[in-house]
Amino acid sequence: MRRQETSTGLHGHEPLELRPATGAHPTRIERSAGRREAGASAPAPQRNAHFGCRLVEGAGGHSKARLRYHYESEDMIKVENLRKTFGPKVAVNNISFNVERGEVLGFLGPNGAGKSTTMRMITGFYPPDAGTIRVGNHDVVEEPIQAKRLIGYLPENAPSYSDMTVRGFLGFAAEVRGLRGHAKRNAVNGVIEMCFLDAVVNQSVDTLSKGYKHRTCLAQSLLHDPEVLILDEPTDGLDPNQKFEVRSLIKRMSEKKAIVFSTHILEEVESVCTRAIIIDRGVIVANGTPEDLKARSNLAGAVTLSVQGANSQAITDKLASLPQVEQTQAISVKDGVIVVRAFPRASEASALALGVAELARAQGWRVNEMRVEEGRLDEVFRRITMPDTVKRAAAGVNA
Amino acid sequence: MSPANSAWSNVMAIAKRELAGYFASPVAYVFIVIFLLLTGFFTFNVANFFEASEASLRGFFYWHPWLYLFLVPAIGMRLWSEERRQGTIELLLTLPVTPWQAILGKFLASWAFLAIALALTFPIWITVNYLGDPDNGAIIAGYVGSLLLAGAYLAITCMTSALTRNQVIAFILAVVVCFLMMMAGYSAVTDFIARWLSPGAVDTVASFSTITHFDPFSQKGLIELRDVVFFVSVMAFALFTTGVIIRAHRGG
Repeated sequence: MRRQETSTGLHGHEPLELRPATGAHPTRIERSAGRREAGASAPAPQRNAHFGCRLVEGAGGHSKARLRYHYESEDMIKVENLRKTFGPKVAVNNISFNVERGEVLGFLGPNGAGKSTTMRMITGFYPPDAGTIRVGNHDVVEEPIQAKRLIGYLPENAPSYSDMTVRGFLGFAAEVRGLRGHAKRNAVNGVIEMCFLDAVVNQSVDTLSKGYKHRTCLAQSLLHDPEVLILDEPTDGLDPNQKFEVRSLIKRMSEKKAIVFSTHILEEVESVCTRAIIIDRGVIVANGTPEDLKARSNLAGAVTLSVQGANSQAITDKLASLPQVEQTQAISVKDGVIVVRAFPRASEASALALGVAELARAQGWRVNEMRVEEGRLDEVFRRITMPDTVKRAAAGVNA
Repeated sequence: MSPANSAWSNVMAIAKRELAGYFASPVAYVFIVIFLLLTGFFTFNVANFFEASEASLRGFFYWHPWLYLFLVPAIGMRLWSEERRQGTIELLLTLPVTPWQAILGKFLASWAFLAIALALTFPIWITVNYLGDPDNGAIIAGYVGSLLLAGAYLAITCMTSALTRNQVIAFILAVVVCFLMMMAGYSAVTDFIARWLSPGAVDTVASFSTITHFDPFSQKGLIELRDVVFFVSVMAFALFTTGVIIRAHRGG
């Protein structure tokens, strides 16, 4: 609910930057400016069935907040009612989602949840049992070649031909992408630079360390500057520096592409994704911006307070007496510093911090630190996916 | 680029990569050396090239079905099983190529490699021309037949290679299938069939034999349409089956 405010709040930001889009339409400006008021007057585009047209804040947010309006035709990936079974096991069950240009969609879920299977269907490796996938304007099943031309894909475990040199391998991929001569050389040199492969271009792939192997395969997916990037665990097995490099690469490219990547690293979702989907046992169990998901955390909106003193009971009692507080929790008492947390009543969340601050002043507490918790993604992830895992374990079925 | 052009350039890109792959490892050189040693051994020691005092390469070609029985599966066994084992099949088939282009490209690369090995037996052709006055037309027919035979075995190996991610299993399966196809033409088998089934069945079974169709090339020096059709059909069928197997794997 609170998130809605973010989008309205953006109206005040200047400059208003509208990305030129294919099939650009003059009505876009009116619609973007007056979306909330005039939302009902314009016939709603069909795709709103899954995710509404949104105003998306520019990724990163370190520069001026920018506003982009994504038009209907900018949906680069449309997945509808996707289903895939392997024998008796339902790997993916009725999944639908869209990804627009400029979006970075994070795919989360426990192992075996169906992330890779979904990605393999989008890239045309597995034919789906039911449902449709459109990449650009091409149905992946009906027009696989046209769809594949738009996609760059990093498969899980980053496979590459181990007997080839890095340059040879990239050259092969470029040729299959239809690049020849000058264009091929430029493309190969471009991705070598982008993925920091200069040092190993003439080495054969099987002599490379895992990080280099991974980046070689990643480089392959970027050769043709694809509009759609599907990356299956792009930072798996990389050292922290390499992870950082790959993340910033994804961020840099995100503006012009639709990117889907899967990961087990939740901080990555917060730092890179504009939206995250959590899949569990083949079903989408959560879908929203990382902030949305974090807000679902029990912790979200809670106020954590560090106070100098010894009697934590007295402090928690005082906090509990505030009308905004639903529940309190003593976290630790160490070296004369008490850490306590107050959880808000649902309706009073925004007033909690003020209430706690006033209470602290009135009581003369010596407050070291006070912070409003954002909520934690890992906690949300566990809460959403854990019960099923436990149930499965209890039933003696392996994931 | 027209669709046909780009399809063909995809096939060639894949074939080029595959062929380079052979020469990037010692496999190619080891294979060629062993192939040449064995052809020499069979020609001179088993078929008694000199004692036969005949200006032809019949003895040389006679043993090719046996040589190929083991050497061709050794070359073809990695074609798809290696892709599956390393996971590169996922990469290959998510590039903008059709499975047919990939199958054909890989097959043509290995076949070209076998053709190179076969071409390197040219000294024996020079020898026989130096020593006598052979019918070079018959020798060309022998080479064409030998290449077609290798292609048929290779296509069968492609098929068994697509079945498994284990190269050894692919190899053994290919040898068994090729062996059965070969034996169908030998008198031990045909006599057995004549005795237990009808003599009419002999022709049917023998007509599936690689030996029956290879002999006209190698022993009579004839390029007959029906033999060419036979080998091309075996290749087409085996490669088609390879496609079906690969699709079945992706279907889960």
